[in-house]
Amino acid sequence: MAHQSDLIATDIDAYLLEHQHKSLLRFITCGSVDDGKSTLIGRLLYDSKMIFEDQLAALEADSKRVGTQGGEIDFALLVDGLAAEREQGITIDVAYRFFSTEKRKFIVADTPGHEQYTRNMVTGASTAQAAVILIDARRGVLTQTRRHSYLVKLLGIRHVILAINKMDLVDWSQARFDEIITDYSAFAAQIGLTDFTAIPMSALRGENVAGPGPGVSWYQGPHLMSVLEALPVDDDLQDKAFRMPVQWVNRPNLDFRGFAGLVVSGQVRPGDKVRVLPSGKTSTVARIVASPEDLDVAVAGQSITLTLTDEVDVSRGDVLAAAQSPPEVADQFEATVVWMDDEPLLPGRAYLLKQGTRTVVAALSEPKHKINVNTLEKLAAKRLELNEIGVCNLTLDSAIAFDSYAESRDLGGFILIDRLSNRTVAAGMLHFALRRSQNVHWQAVDVDKAARSALKGQRGRVVWLTGLSGSGKSTIANLVEKKLHAEGRHTYLLDGDNVRHGLNRDLGFTDADRVENIRRVAEVAKLMVDAGLIVLVSFISPFRAERDMARGLMAQNDFVEVFVDTPLAVAESRDVKGLYKKARSGELKNFTGIDSPYEAPEHPEIRIDTTSETAPQAAERITAWLNGELDYTI
Amino acid sequence: MTDDRQGITLTHLQRLEAESIHIMREVVAEAERPVMLYSVGKDSAVMLHLAAKAFYPAKPPFPLLHVDTTWKFRAMYEMRERMARELGFDLIVHKNPEALARGINPFDHGSAVHTDLWKTEGLKQALDKFGFDAAFGGARRDEEKSRAKERIFSFRSAQHRWDPKNQRPELWHLYNARKNKGESLRVFPISNWTELDIWQYIHLENIPIVPLYYSDVRPVVEREGALIMVDDDRFRLAPGEMPMMKSVRFRTLGCYPLTGAVESTAATLPEIIQEMLLTTTSERQGRVIDHDQTASMEKKKQEGYF
Repeated sequence: MAHQSDLIATDIDAYLLEHQHKSLLRFITCGSVDDGKSTLIGRLLYDSKMIFEDQLAALEADSKRVGTQGGEIDFALLVDGLAAEREQGITIDVAYRFFSTEKRKFIVADTPGHEQYTRNMVTGASTAQAAVILIDARRGVLTQTRRHSYLVKLLGIRHVILAINKMDLVDWSQARFDEIITDYSAFAAQIGLTDFTAIPMSALRGENVAGPGPGVSWYQGPHLMSVLEALPVDDDLQDKAFRMPVQWVNRPNLDFRGFAGLVVSGQVRPGDKVRVLPSGKTSTVARIVASPEDLDVAVAGQSITLTLTDEVDVSRGDVLAAAQSPPEVADQFEATVVWMDDEPLLPGRAYLLKQGTRTVVAALSEPKHKINVNTLEKLAAKRLELNEIGVCNLTLDSAIAFDSYAESRDLGGFILIDRLSNRTVAAGMLHFALRRSQNVHWQAVDVDKAARSALKGQRGRVVWLTGLSGSGKSTIANLVEKKLHAEGRHTYLLDGDNVRHGLNRDLGFTDADRVENIRRVAEVAKLMVDAGLIVLVSFISPFRAERDMARGLMAQNDFVEVFVDTPLAVAESRDVKGLYKKARSGELKNFTGIDSPYEAPEHPEIRIDTTSETAPQAAERITAWLNGELDYTI
Repeated sequence: MTDDRQGITLTHLQRLEAESIHIMREVVAEAERPVMLYSVGKDSAVMLHLAAKAFYPAKPPFPLLHVDTTWKFRAMYEMRERMARELGFDLIVHKNPEALARGINPFDHGSAVHTDLWKTEGLKQALDKFGFDAAFGGARRDEEKSRAKERIFSFRSAQHRWDPKNQRPELWHLYNARKNKGESLRVFPISNWTELDIWQYIHLENIPIVPLYYSDVRPVVEREGALIMVDDDRFRLAPGEMPMMKSVRFRTLGCYPLTGAVESTAATLPEIIQEMLLTTTSERQGRVIDHDQTASMEKKKQEGYF
């Protein structure tokens, strides 16, 4: 690897010493193959001598065989595994390349591909400190340039370098260069991108990439590599308040309790006062434990273990912060969400949200608007599809410590995870807390669920019957309620069809509406359980995620899932309401079991097989099961 | 004492170290039964060192797994035992019983079958046998083109298949380690390290490595242009063939009959780094398995090879 330092051959120890003090810069390149992006990256690798002779020989051979440069070295081939990947059907998203100079090590996030561009670029940009946006000098500022710039700004990248490439093809025209800068500046101001460095270059010829340009009089500025080498890498993260999400509690024995995590902002020293969020308790840093010896100070970017002087309760997911300037704690937010999954965002559905080291349950509102990344227009939207970006409100099931994304990528950035598929379905950036949850405090009441239940001599709970249309849910639910009523229990039956006549009259049968339908019913059931009632819910409730959401709303053991298991063929042959016939003829859309899925429960408390059990037998079994647990005991 | 709170510029190695430690802790916090794959090579040495730091003063809360082919260099077995003992790791050694029974070896069966049965199959067997749901591997993105796009948390189906279409985007420092029963993760904490970073770190932190990385006079024979060390009496010499004594060292370590040595006099770490920086061929060139088939890495990875 022929690094061109004489020191390597003459004084390797001096060379190593020099290289131990290199810093690290991560950047992203934005542009398409047409802009010469692969050529540019290939150039950077080549000119920083990160290419071995065997690789170079392969490159020369490939250049002759499939190159586009008439037998000359085609640098794009160094980084393009793309054709092969496409043939293999491999998702092309983010590739990371490495090179280093005497001053710095670089990690380049390269995001090829047009179709998945938003998802890929957002992923690559999330860890980048700088962005190189390529513009073909012949074509100027294009739609994609605007899209790239918007995403760079959205992800909070502060250092933007505009690489005006292919200057050789416009004869290094200063007028053309200036024209592009003027165009770009006007657009950049619109999105609040005020600071950028423009460099005229020819990646193909290596001019102004890692070496001098052609010596035109009008450009005396630096070449790309020297700009990349000089960008500040620490930003101002270390000057901000101390924050460390706790990753892991280190307890090798009873005498040691350390808190391990990555310092995401600020600095910390023994003796510093810290606050534990969200609990708000305070303590003092005792030691920063490290091998072979403790540290006097740790800064943003370091993974550390620290101990506190007091025995405060701290666990994974908490944030340790400077006591005097702690982050806010909230459970409702406005956020920008980038959707990354084939299955669209369903407002109201419960997703897992991971931020810092904390994972909580989150539901998203309908987007306030989505953003056309090409025109920056705000558009009305009911949901978000793959690669769409929108602004939504988020409601979490418990409060988290956070900073806005503008303040901290690590405490303001989050991912959403689908609870069933476990896929990462979205990334998001917190803007601010919605004051609603802080101003509308939970009204503490003296007569509580236990008191109400005790008066009724029963324990409030939900019996949730799920199954296909025509499976027999309502018949069974009705019988169960009659029996309980006869036994002197206080009950209420929420029936899918009936609720759709009133509370949920505004909802249809799309996936999104089904989710909202269940959410409302679950909330109503929760209130009734709080009132001490035994609530029978008879809803198709086809999606596992929503039933789990309903279960999650109730206290443990207060949710009894009853799977009324009737095979589709049997339910269809009964067709009490004639709905299957309509669905088969296409007259009725989104019918569960026909053209909308039913996800059977995996572990219901009770399973009723209606092909071997009559409705009265089933009702008897459910009642008996409940009576085993229903009596309220203090 | 002044509290000047001046900025401290972290070096690239400090940043890489912090990232790797963060990744290891995240796995320990989220996985049920993590394990660290230990190949005894220099990348493994760095991983071990990082793990010891990450969980200090506790011992790393996971065992080491060596998927043994029985054909490693003797010096590697010595190093393996020494490191497990000194760092206090539990060491699990797995040898594919089928390969053992059939006497699979690189001489009779060729490198492809040898690697597939001992390593790829052996690894799957070991993970299933002990129920590990997350395994640390020492792969680096700079090793090969196809690695450049590999995730740090690489998701595997219950059959250990790598589905390139079903990999999760990784943003910021957030890794999604959730999985269903039977599914598992391969995690690569040193993804962003280059060969030079590894050597520099070994040098700076004084990490013990197998002596084979340093040059010494060793018995070798030439096979298809590669210098192969005659490490024990299982080596099949051609009639009349005599090992030559040459000053050689190894840039990568694997099964000794499949690993080419380079002629060298580099006997210290700075000399090794010097040689690497001045050398003109890439690291993987010494590995016989990569040349077997085109796009061989990609294929092996899909089948469950690391």
